[in-house]
Formats: sequence, C-alpha cells, structure tokens
Amino acid sequence: MSIDLNDPALLDYSQRPPRHPEPVDPANDGLPIPLNVRTDLYKRVQELRQFEKRAYDLFMQNLVKGTSHLSLGMEAVSAGFAAAMQPEDYVFATYRGHAHTLSKGADMGQVMAELLGRENGLLKGKGGSMHLTHAEANMMGSYAIIGAHLCIANGTAWSAQMRGTDQVTVCFFGDGTTNIGAFHEALNFAKVWNLPVVFVCENNLYMEYTPIDLVAAVPNPAADRAPAYGLESIVVDGNDPDAVYMVAADAITRARRGEGPALVEAQTYRHGGHSRADPGKYRPADEVEAWLDRDPIPMYHQRLLRLGVPEGRLSEITQDVARRVDEATEFAKAGAHPGEEHLFTDVWADGGSAWRN
Amino acid sequence: MAELTYRDAVAYGIAQEMRRDPSLVMLGEDIAGAGGVFKTTVGLLDEFGPARIRDTPISEQAILGAAMGAAMTGIPVIAEIMFSDFIAVCFDLLANEMAKSAYMTGGQLSVPVVVRTANGGGSRFGAQHSQSVENWCMMIPGLKVVAPSTPADVVGLMAASIRDPDPVVFFEHKSLFASKGEIPEGEIVDELGTARVVREGTDCTIAALALMVPRALEAADRLADEGISAEVIDVRSLVPLDTKTVLASVEKTSRLYTVEENPRLCGWGAEVASIVADEAFWDLDGPIVRITTPHIPLPAAEALEDMAIPSVDRIYETVSKTIG
Repeated sequence: MSIDLNDPALLDYSQRPPRHPEPVDPANDGLPIPLNVRTDLYKRVQELRQFEKRAYDLFMQNLVKGTSHLSLGMEAVSAGFAAAMQPEDYVFATYRGHAHTLSKGADMGQVMAELLGRENGLLKGKGGSMHLTHAEANMMGSYAIIGAHLCIANGTAWSAQMRGTDQVTVCFFGDGTTNIGAFHEALNFAKVWNLPVVFVCENNLYMEYTPIDLVAAVPNPAADRAPAYGLESIVVDGNDPDAVYMVAADAITRARRGEGPALVEAQTYRHGGHSRADPGKYRPADEVEAWLDRDPIPMYHQRLLRLGVPEGRLSEITQDVARRVDEATEFAKAGAHPGEEHLFTDVWADGGSAWRN
Repeated sequence: MAELTYRDAVAYGIAQEMRRDPSLVMLGEDIAGAGGVFKTTVGLLDEFGPARIRDTPISEQAILGAAMGAAMTGIPVIAEIMFSDFIAVCFDLLANEMAKSAYMTGGQLSVPVVVRTANGGGSRFGAQHSQSVENWCMMIPGLKVVAPSTPADVVGLMAASIRDPDPVVFFEHKSLFASKGEIPEGEIVDELGTARVVREGTDCTIAALALMVPRALEAADRLADEGISAEVIDVRSLVPLDTKTVLASVEKTSRLYTVEENPRLCGWGAEVASIVADEAFWDLDGPIVRITTPHIPLPAAEALEDMAIPSVDRIYETVSKTIG
C-alpha cells in the first residue's frame, strides 16, 4: 500500500471510495445456536440500541455533559461476546464502554445516572461516560487512553491463572488501538505467559476521524498482526450476533481450557460519529448508507422470525426494554448532583484523600 | 542484629513479606534467574519459585498493566522497573491508570501494587539512567512515594508499602546499594508518611531524602566543627508527607534547608518550602534555601556528575555561608 499525497480524496475523506460491508452469510441462519440463546441475543442488542439512542437524546437535551462515545450499530459485538461469557469472567472496555458495561449486567439506571453526572450513578458521578466500571460483576473498567487496558487485562487473566480458576478475561478495543505500542506489548506478553485472555478489536473502519486503512500497515489492523504474536488471524462479521457468538464461544472456551490468548477482529460500523462532538461527515455517504442497510438489529429480527420466533415475542422484548430504558431515564434524572463531600473521597483505598499529616 | 547491605536488604524485605503472604508475587525484567541487574532480588527465585518470581519481556507497560490487573483482583504485586528513568515509558499506567482507579470508579477498585525502581545518580550512567524522578510521581494524586536511605528502612518501608492497599512507588537508590546497616531481629514493619530526625540540632534543619541523607549527615558533622548545630531529617516518604516532623523541627531551629537530588524545578523541596513558608513563616530567621541538582540533564563524566548532584561540600558550604 502506498499513499498518493496528491490524491484529492486525502483532503476530504468522504470522497474516498466507500468500504462496503460484506453481505450477511445466509448460512448463519443454520448455525448451531439454541433458540433461547438467540432470543437472549435479541434482547441484548435491543437493550444496547435503545439505551444508546436514549443516551443520544439526553445529549441533545444537554443533560449529558462532557463527551460520550456510543456503540450504535456495533451492538452485536458486545452482545455476542457477553452471551458467550460466564458471569465470573472479566471484561475490559475503552471509553466506548456503555454497551460492554450493560452487557455485563450493570443497572441501566445507574449507568444512565453516571452519564448525567448524578450521585446515584454507577461511579457516584466521579468517572463519567468514559470510565464505566462494575467491579462486583467483574466488569473491570472502561479505559479512555487506548492501549493500557490490554496490558491490565493480562493482569486479571494472570490472576485467574495463579488462582487456578477457569475465568477468562475479554478485552474490547477499537481499530485505532492496534497502532499503539501497548497493544503489541500486551499481545506478546499474553502469548508468552499463555494467559486466558481474549482480545476483541471492534473495527469500525475509522480510528477517530481518519480511515483506519490510511494509518495501518495491513488491511485488517488486528487480525493481520495476530501471526506476529503466534496467534490465529480471526475476522468475524461484527454485525451478526450469531457469527460473533460462535467465534466468541470458541475463543473463550479455548482460553478456559488453558490454550492461551486469542485475538478476534470484529468488523462493524458506528452509525454516528466518533463522539458526541462529531457528526461523522468524513465518511462517504453511500458507505454510511450501505452499513445502515446492514444494521444488525432488523437483520436479526428477520432471522428470528424465519427461525420461528413469533413476532409477538420479539415485540414483547422490544417493549419491555423500552419500558426499562424509560425507567432508567427517570431514575437518572431524579438523581441529585453530587455534593462537595464526594470531592475528597476515594483517592485512597481507605476512602480518604490525605497526602500529609 | 545482623548487618546487611542496602542491596541485600531489598531481597530480605521482599522475602519477609513473601513468607507472610503466600499470595504476594513479583514480576520484572531479569529479576528471577539473574537476581536483578542490581542483584537486589538474588535468592528469591530459589525460595519462592518461578510462579511467584517472574521474568518478563522488556515491556514496561505490560509489566505495570499485569501488576495492576492482578492487584485489582486482590493479589498484591511487586513490579520492578529496572531504572526509574524507564517510568517515562510506562507513565500512562502509573499516572493515568493505577493512580486514578479508586477515584474514577467511586471506590470500586483498589490497586495494591508496589513499583520498585532503581533511582538516582552517582553511577556515571548519563542522562537516561541516573535521574531522580521521585518528583514525577509525587505530583500525581493517587500515588504514594517512598525513598529509603538505610537498609533497615528498606526492609521496614518495603513491608509497609506491600501491606498498603494503594499503589506505592518505591525508590531504591543505586548509589546506596553497597552501603551497610544494622537490621533488627524479627519482623520489621515501618509506617508510610513518617519522616525521621536522624540527627538532632538547634541552629538549622536540613531535610534530605535517600542518598542526600548520608551526605547531609556528613555535612552536619563538619558544621558542628565550626559550632553550627544542624538537625537532619530523613524525609523517607514524599506521599504521604510527614509535615509535622519538619514543622516541629523548624519551630525549634528557625532555619530550613532542603537537599534534593531531583533537578530544581518542582522538586519535592519546593513543596516542603511552600508548606513551611505558609505555616511556619514567623518561626523563620532567614530564607528557606533549596540545595538541588541544577535544572540540567545529568552528564555522564565523573567530574561533571559530581558537580551536578549536591555533595557534602556543597551542603556544608551553602549552610555555612547562609546561616548568618
């Protein structure tokens, strides 16, 4: 690959040739996944979609301050992995972590309240959107400076290895992370120590505002690097919950058996911009269009109907989620703004912040 | 009572805690089979085995990340960063991750990690292997910072750091490794955030850290010869900082000198000076004087390095000239 610096498309990425999604594999209807698991996957993607849409609406109402990074369009990755995990498995996420925190069982209301900076938030308002953590469910945090958390994920995997448990650590990150040094340190370390960790690259084709193919040396930024660390190259359709589930179950099972780490690249697309401030105008219009047509949720809805799940069951799930998102919103809005007493708590493990006597 | 070198006290202190807590583990570059590049971990692999004393790749981010992740699950971890200069390679893990974890998560997580690292000059290693970087760590809310000056303090503060539930950066001074001292019998556990008056005096207070402590003591001997009675404080712990001991001493002596190996700007002594100026101004009979390495990278040549780092002569002369 060489870049022609005279190419006018470099002045406006939206003029570059679009990267269209692969079509859904029709054979995925026949994957050996029980219908109750598939119905659970449907509920999960609905939760993530409806939560993120509401989070977006609350930004627009200026109830959410700061920044926020949504997983709209990318729900199948989080749902597919979460469904394949055991409750005691560990999860790590980036700043784009609402989905992974909810998928690990955090209370929707507490997550929403955290986005609103309220005292009843998951982190008492002290972490915000980019640091969601739910330690009691082993959701070990959302890390907003990319790279480091792959190294930290090795640590929980090492802990499980030392304690002789069969817990697996699943660590999510974006395509942009594959270009930072910590990514490479973490993969080498995980392989050398044979750690039970599954690294999951959510490749949404844009590092932030720049197309990943312009800044990565290889077409598949994670999968093509895997062999350098003695790992298999794995690419999965990140917009198909069933495809993700199968790959996740396999990688997690192998890690649980002591067969070491895995690196999975899930190809997907975010429906919106990188963050709240970004309308995503750098993407070719027909590319966005094509990926919206590959929205995982209507596709999955149709698949479940084909497999015999009654429409009524699916709409019941959808409506139940809608009600819970409404309740979460009310819970969050009703929360108090944190008082001054919270400013000086929890710097140290003893709850305090004293640095001198 | 046994006499140990500062170097051997490191392994002695770690071994004391590893015998006590079978979950305690350590990782780092060349720490296992090689016993550490400074030979500070000799014998630990033999006693505790390769599952607890683990060699790593040259990957400082991976080292601190693995330490942090394991610690978040309740396993106490000692991580060695070979030279403290290398903290710059993994500062994200230290400054942005470990230090903020408890606060950002509303107290959900804690990180019982001790980051041990060889700090300081005097070895003629040049600008990238000689720095005193304790002030880099002191400025980050959420990190504790310790720098012992004697073998006994290495053991006692090591135990205190390992038993502390927060991330502690433990600075071992390269130029003190060969120094010797008495180690009391039995289990030794010290307390973070406690300075020590190591020489009593009435005319001035000299606050020093790590290698600067023996130099301040020697300077105080020479000052005594000309009738100046200097009190010397070994600060030992920068975070938490024992300001009470310093303020009580200044109340008695009315003069304060800090002796810092770190380059001048934002050295730890500036914070101590600020606190004393705020809270003991009316006790002072003269300006607070900071004796520091100048604000330059450290040179390699013996002659130049010795000019840069505060020496016994410089401490003695500065106090002698300014005490008035």
